[in-house]
Amino acid sequence: MNPLDIVLAIPLVGFLVMLLVPRSAEKMIRLISLGFSLVAFIASLGLAIGFQTGLAAEQFSTDVVWIYSPNIHYHVSLDGLSLWLIILTTLLTPICILISWQSIKARSKEFFAFLLLLEFGLTGVFAAQDLFLFYVFWEISLVPMYFLIGIWGHERRIYAAVKFFLYTMAASVLMLTGIIYVYNHAHTFNYSDILAMLGNGRLHFNNTEQILLFLAFFVAFAVKVPIFPLHTWLPDAHVEAPTAGSVMLASVMLKMGTYGLLRFCLPMFPGAARACAPWIVVLAIIGIIYGALVAMVQPNMKKLVAYSSVSHLGFVVLGIFSFTQMGMDGAVYQMLNHGISTGALFVLVGYLYERRHSLAIADYGGVATPAPWLSTVFMITMLASIGLPLLNNFIGEFLVLQGSAQANFHWTIFATIGVILSACYMLWLYQRVFYGETPDEVRHHIFDLKPREWVAILPLIAMMVWMGVYSQSFLPAVRRTTAHILDQTQVNVQFQVKAPASRVEVAHAR
Amino acid sequence: MQLWLIPIFPLAGFLLTGIFGRRLSKTVINSIAVGSVLLSFLWVLKTLAGLGDLQIAHTEQYFTWIQSGILNVGCDFTVDRLTAVMLLVVTGVGLLIHIYSIGYMAHEGGYYRFFSYMNLFMFFMLTLVLAANYLVMFVGWEGVGLCSYLLIGFYFDKQFATNAGNKAFIVNRIGDFGFSLAIYLIVVNFGSLDFGAVFSAAASKPESTLTAIALLLLVGACGKSAQIPLYVWLPDAMAGPTPVSALIHAATMVTAGVYMVARSAAIFTHAPAAMETVAVIGVATAFFAATIGLAQNDIKKVFAYSTVSQLGYMFLGAGVGAFSAGIYHLVTHAFFKALLFLGSGSVIHALSGEQDLRQMGGLRKKIPWTFWTMICASVAIAGVPPFAGFFSKDAILAAADRHAPWMYWVGVITAGMTAFYVFRAIFMAFFGEYRGKAHPHESPFVMVGPLAILALLSLGGGYFFKVPEFLAPIFPLASESGDIGPMAISIAFGLGGIALAWLFYVAKPELPDQVTATFGGLYKLIYNKYFVDEVYGAVVVNPVVAGSREVLWKGMDVAVIDGAVNGAGSVARKAGGLLKRLQSGNIRSYATWVLFGSVVLLLVLGVMGGLR
Repeated sequence: MNPLDIVLAIPLVGFLVMLLVPRSAEKMIRLISLGFSLVAFIASLGLAIGFQTGLAAEQFSTDVVWIYSPNIHYHVSLDGLSLWLIILTTLLTPICILISWQSIKARSKEFFAFLLLLEFGLTGVFAAQDLFLFYVFWEISLVPMYFLIGIWGHERRIYAAVKFFLYTMAASVLMLTGIIYVYNHAHTFNYSDILAMLGNGRLHFNNTEQILLFLAFFVAFAVKVPIFPLHTWLPDAHVEAPTAGSVMLASVMLKMGTYGLLRFCLPMFPGAARACAPWIVVLAIIGIIYGALVAMVQPNMKKLVAYSSVSHLGFVVLGIFSFTQMGMDGAVYQMLNHGISTGALFVLVGYLYERRHSLAIADYGGVATPAPWLSTVFMITMLASIGLPLLNNFIGEFLVLQGSAQANFHWTIFATIGVILSACYMLWLYQRVFYGETPDEVRHHIFDLKPREWVAILPLIAMMVWMGVYSQSFLPAVRRTTAHILDQTQVNVQFQVKAPASRVEVAHAR
Repeated sequence: MQLWLIPIFPLAGFLLTGIFGRRLSKTVINSIAVGSVLLSFLWVLKTLAGLGDLQIAHTEQYFTWIQSGILNVGCDFTVDRLTAVMLLVVTGVGLLIHIYSIGYMAHEGGYYRFFSYMNLFMFFMLTLVLAANYLVMFVGWEGVGLCSYLLIGFYFDKQFATNAGNKAFIVNRIGDFGFSLAIYLIVVNFGSLDFGAVFSAAASKPESTLTAIALLLLVGACGKSAQIPLYVWLPDAMAGPTPVSALIHAATMVTAGVYMVARSAAIFTHAPAAMETVAVIGVATAFFAATIGLAQNDIKKVFAYSTVSQLGYMFLGAGVGAFSAGIYHLVTHAFFKALLFLGSGSVIHALSGEQDLRQMGGLRKKIPWTFWTMICASVAIAGVPPFAGFFSKDAILAAADRHAPWMYWVGVITAGMTAFYVFRAIFMAFFGEYRGKAHPHESPFVMVGPLAILALLSLGGGYFFKVPEFLAPIFPLASESGDIGPMAISIAFGLGGIALAWLFYVAKPELPDQVTATFGGLYKLIYNKYFVDEVYGAVVVNPVVAGSREVLWKGMDVAVIDGAVNGAGSVARKAGGLLKRLQSGNIRSYATWVLFGSVVLLLVLGVMGGLR
């Protein structure tokens, strides 16, 4: 077993152990799940340490046969893209367990078990190198989230859970069709073999096939991202989900979509991807502006943050489909940034909810007076979210917009409007919740951060600063992988499309 | 030379007071906050002394900040003569204002919070001027905007203060929209953001490209430096404590746009159309804001519009090619406008918070130090020779006269209005009889001391600091025409403005009412600031918000998209209901369906076969 298998195994073992713990041992349930998630996090740090930035090839690879007929392998490995997403997952899981420590009272055993199962599924999604295995992990991650929303959610949880499930299920069935179609031609699910066959011409899709297959995968991922107009499950799911569910959903599950685009859509169907790019970019830009405008007028904090995610993920999609080195680097960085800062926003909104038991902005006001540190932490998170330099989102947005400017400056002009609007909705939210005179209900209910809450939020704040000030800790690994993906999209391109000839030039670090 | 130490001292001060401030005594907070700025000031002096005559820029590279594709952005600082001027102004004036704040803020809540924000501001402002590339400059640029937002909304329980803070941030974001687009265009065309690389290659680029970049930079500068059409945030920004108005909204941050234009002179000078735009915006803003200043009754609002107007002069200077004159005015303005704000702060302090000029009067005997220092600032801004404002304003007007006489004449008329509104405020506050109810008392020495130093700088700063000569290696001096006519005219207009103010507010106090009665409509127009805020609200803000709520959210999202999804869901349910009926469990009905299906299948196959 290599380190990656261990990272994958820990949450699964944790999940199985949780099933054996007696339901009444409330404290033990929490401690065990926290323990497993922390061990998984530490193990995943080992991946980062052992990761060789200079190598473009997959690392920590394990490839054993799982099912002989059809030929399905347990094939997992890491590259610069998977590495950080897995660490994001393992970082957020213990945080989610910490923030649910007291707020989850009913059926806590199942809740914490589901969180570990979710971690297992998400880690697997980012590690799988076999199309069928990928699909299995994809569906595994869907199930615990469905229950997290449906059991521990708020009033309209059933509606939201079913909507979430149907949306993503309908889309992933399309992806399954695509996977089976590919298998019927390639006679393997092994992703690196498929890419090799596409590269040397032994596997070939004609234009129509390529477009249809691309769309089958694209729609599945687009729902997950979500790309406008497939986003309406997101606000409902977020509002109804418990805090930990919102955090995992926003921070990690949305990245499954953008990860899939980068990992599968682009390398397998480069011609179709480039042909569709202008349309997808338009949808991305609509998402950026539309998401921000709708976020601006939401009366509910979680809905506001949910629509802001639509806007932020639009930047990621824009970066990917700019087909430039900077755009893709920025897109990957932005995926991580959004995971950190929007995750933190949901954590903080959760803190407010635990105190005041309301998500309506109108029920707040003047929170800064009784809870100065909570307000400060929220302020830093908000500033990260609106892309203030020296905090993480700025670097992602800058690279995405710069990449899109290399491709088509008009895209950049429209997308940059989103940067103005993000300040509008966030500052208005902050003003209405934290500033002003403090009503009595707020004064009686709101208190400042407790130690456990500090422990959960501080790592995220630290990451915002670290990623914003010293991106060289993270970007080199990403760069190697995105350059590789960009190379793959140059081969086997049958469509003549007006995309910029993006040479992979690399400036040297000082 | 360890340039990084210059901004690091205030950053450390920010972290210390920000994190531990609530547990620290005021003395400790004072020593950290003021001490960090003092250290930074001393380090600037030591650095400049060590760098010699600075004929060429001194650059230091620390670490790679962002690297991707062809782009490599370092965390780099540079010092040349332009930076040196800015560093001295920012740390020097900043230090005085920090000292003053000890007295001014003594009785305010959130003492530590105030000083930690002020120190953070110093960090970002110093980063802005030390930056060796556009992106690091943008760090400082956004950072000072943040601090401005935090300090405008310092009294965060007051709705008007937080509204003003939001307005400042959002309007600046609109400016930054332009700045960031300029940055993207620079990378696309130059492949780098380093000042050295960009400016040396600028001459070889097509004029259309440079014009686009310059105009986008100008959008950013208009936001930060409160020029038309983005000036609306600055008057509202006076909701912050007065030292903030002096430091951020008069002396340093708002001049960043002028600094940025001057820094990018290599781009602007190759884009004549953009230069012309800078000049026109500058002269229009100078005139327009001065007219509003004529009719304001809030002492800080008078000086706020005055700041907008004076920044217009600086833009005018830069736009007509006299970059060093623009920077010259930036320096002298920092002295006299900081003094005017700190002086009015002292007045407000003396009157326990009163800001309305109509509630003042006769204060010159009661707070003489404040009075005399403010007189120094007023003669300086009015352009009375040989005080500071005279030299710099004259340099700008002379350059404007060479470029386009109409700009000179608008500038001269504005100079007359400037003298009038400043002395109007002085006469209303300090002459005549006291009209208010408070018990005026002179401010403590810790406030008066900085006023005195700034007064000396306002008087002698123009004569002793020959900024254009110092900047000559960067911005060559224009040849003097030797014609003293234009200078004499502008002096005459300045003195005329003062005399008119004397006539109106000291000699014949009934005159103003007669004049406003005669020009009722016009007075109402400028008293209400031309209703620009209202127009922006009606044309931009309200339609966007209402459209987002009614059309995008409730219309598009809820009705159309979700309607379609739910509709598809209910269709599926109904279809399911129909299908359910098929599965009745009745063997005979199954048989019927099988028979029916077979017939249909046969028919279809038959028809298809027949078609072949």
